[in-house]
Amino acid sequence: MLEIRDLHVKFHSRDREAVAGVSLTIRDGEILGLVGESGSGKSVTAMSVAGLLPRSRCDYSGQILLDGRELLHIPRSELRKIQGREIGVVFQEPQSAMDPLMKIGPQVEEVLDIHEKLPKEERRRLALEALEAVELPDPEAVYGKYPHQLSGGMLQRAMIAAAIVIRPRLLLLDEPTTALDVTIQAQILELLKKLNAGSGVSMLFISHNLSVVRRLCGRVAVMQRGLLVEEGETDTVFHHPRHPYTQRLIAAIPTRERREEAP
Amino acid sequence: MRRKNGYLTAGLILAGLTAALILLGFFWTPYDPNAMSMDRTGPTLAHLMGTDNFGRDIFSRVMKGAGATASIALTTVAIGAVCGTAAGALTGYFGGIADEILMRINDALTAFPSVLLALVVISVLGPGKKLNVILALGLVFIPSFARITRTAFAALRDVNYVKSARLMGAGSGRILLVHILPNVMHVLLPALTIGFNNAVLAEASMSYLGIGVTPPDASLGYMLSEAQGMFGIAPWYAAGTGLAVVLMVFSAGLIGEGLQRRNGEGA
Amino acid sequence: MKYAAKKIAAMLLTMVVVSLLTFTAFSLISGDAAEIMLGTQVTPERLAALRSELGLDRPLPARYLSWLLGFFTGDLGMSLQYHQPVRELIAPKVLVTLCLSVLCFLLITAVSIPLGLWSASRSGEALDGARTVVNQLCMAVPSFFTGILLSWGFGIALKWFMPGSFPDLGEDFFGAVKYLFFAAVAIAIPRVAMTVRMLRGTILTEMQKDYVRTAISRGAPRRRVLYRHVLKNSLAPVVTFLAQTMAEIVAAGIVVEQVFVIPGLGRILVASISNRDYLVVQAIVVILAFWVVLANTAADIINQRIDPRLRLGGDA
Repeated sequence: MLEIRDLHVKFHSRDREAVAGVSLTIRDGEILGLVGESGSGKSVTAMSVAGLLPRSRCDYSGQILLDGRELLHIPRSELRKIQGREIGVVFQEPQSAMDPLMKIGPQVEEVLDIHEKLPKEERRRLALEALEAVELPDPEAVYGKYPHQLSGGMLQRAMIAAAIVIRPRLLLLDEPTTALDVTIQAQILELLKKLNAGSGVSMLFISHNLSVVRRLCGRVAVMQRGLLVEEGETDTVFHHPRHPYTQRLIAAIPTRERREEAP
Repeated sequence: MRRKNGYLTAGLILAGLTAALILLGFFWTPYDPNAMSMDRTGPTLAHLMGTDNFGRDIFSRVMKGAGATASIALTTVAIGAVCGTAAGALTGYFGGIADEILMRINDALTAFPSVLLALVVISVLGPGKKLNVILALGLVFIPSFARITRTAFAALRDVNYVKSARLMGAGSGRILLVHILPNVMHVLLPALTIGFNNAVLAEASMSYLGIGVTPPDASLGYMLSEAQGMFGIAPWYAAGTGLAVVLMVFSAGLIGEGLQRRNGEGA
Repeated sequence: MKYAAKKIAAMLLTMVVVSLLTFTAFSLISGDAAEIMLGTQVTPERLAALRSELGLDRPLPARYLSWLLGFFTGDLGMSLQYHQPVRELIAPKVLVTLCLSVLCFLLITAVSIPLGLWSASRSGEALDGARTVVNQLCMAVPSFFTGILLSWGFGIALKWFMPGSFPDLGEDFFGAVKYLFFAAVAIAIPRVAMTVRMLRGTILTEMQKDYVRTAISRGAPRRRVLYRHVLKNSLAPVVTFLAQTMAEIVAAGIVVEQVFVIPGLGRILVASISNRDYLVVQAIVVILAFWVVLANTAADIINQRIDPRLRLGGDA
């Protein structure tokens, strides 16, 4: 459903290309993990897909096709119709990614307000449904709260609700669990799995943490210095890593974790 | 980091030109600023800014007046900055009860608009004397400098290089002056330009009201009040005098803008 | 509600400190009040008699308390210069100055917020530098100089108002407002420039925040991002800034009232300082300071409405 062809991105302020020719495919309903350390270009790749590249401050080339439709070079006004509607994004730190002065409800509804003409009650109903779907206790109460009144884990659930409320085709998850503590992290991963199984939404899950990716993703792609160094079924990559960089990444996972979390 | 900074350059050039004219004015002016004559003209080559009702050369008067205004403003800012920085440094660095009390008084003083506070001090000291104007304005500017430096000093009190200086046995005085003060300069310098501007405007306002500096030390403010009365016949008097005030404040403002941008603020 | 009550309590405390400072400052000199009234050729007995008549022989705290009580009951003493109760003297002028500062405040708010938004949205474009220079230039023009130009241009030349003949607020309200409008413009120009500069900086800082990226990722158009998210988040610092501007409006008003010959507190303040009419000066200073403190407190309370994080004791 999503195809990235030979993507290059170079920021004017840097000498090296942030993304130096990446091609990647996400199939319908799958969860693809994109792994690499910071600066490997994984986030820039995701931002390109989400249409969040600062176009005036970088050079870019290649193609990003969503169901055959090119996104990288279309005008902003066209892009806006896709953003949020077809592609939802969940960011790393829910505390700063949420508008601190807006209640949770309106933030969850925002994407509906932008893309669909719905009566107010209908929007509210859908928002409450989404809050329910991300397993937040007492959605009615959460709806009327401000971000600073919720914990990080609850906020991230609300962010996910805001992304899925309009039922997009693709969900971009940019290190969504990195800022959370381990137990909450596991719960969020379970939730994402459930959502994927329930609605069939495709996901691109970006993380520097290979063991997290392993728990969630069917396939994994590894990036290093702007290049895709390895791609394949998660199990295959895990047990028979071909690229030395992948091998190092796997070796870096604590052994106990490696054993326990083998599927 | 240090990109080319047009504001700073332009401000320094303008300020330099203004300062040169003012300094020149202390020793030489094209005409005697108080010499009256019968010819009243608009701006000509002989009289760059024209002459007023009494035939006095306005350019010469502006040079002198700007000198009075600038020297009062500089003295005032110096008093405010030195006393304010000292108070802010001590309270910010040591904290404690003195800090609390001074900051409460400071809070209350912010309720007084600067000119109003200066007027209060002037009316206590007695209006119309140059020294009193300087004292009044100097006092008025102490709190704002104290507030700025207090925050900066308090923030640097526990940073590592100050801690290590303390461990190496440096005395408080040395730490304050040698280790912290240079690192506070980047907030102090823009504050100085803003302070200078406020001082010029406040001095001009008070002299305009007739309770600041009065003749024979006419400053730009007093001259503007004279000029207002002659506006119908000699509008160039107000124009020339006003221009001098604007030029002084504008050039200092540009310097301030440049300094702030160099610090990476207000991009 | 708790928050507002706390702020109002703090405001009252500040007002007490402000009035105490003013009163003490003037008490240092008002020992002379009796001398000023009687002149220098006077017997010590006469002087002492008048002192006790004026209550000047009592200790400072007692005098302060009775003065403060008088302030709130409207008994501000007698003006030495005009031989008239201070209250009668300044009451009509309070209204004029109040009108001027409110008018000026509205003007600044109405002009600078759209200008600030515009300036922020054009940031980084070719004319950005020119806008900064114009901004600095506007800040550099003293209000009373603009006032001189405006009163000649619109008053004497165009005859849109008659400088020197201020219409009575009660009789010709709109005439008076028209008159005050030009004074308000003179005061407003540099403050608008400052507010625009401040708002621009705040908006540009907010634009870098993560929640803006979130809104864009939802497909929100630029206008929506600006108005629904950024502007709201920039509002609290702007409200604080505008409240502080009130102090500057009051200060500039003192001078500009002189330029436009407006019979407000500023003019009588200046006259009273020259005449050493301390009771009048003291009353006016405290009134103006209270007005400024009130504006700041209002800003705090408004900000707490805007930003839920300031709502203490909320249901977090």
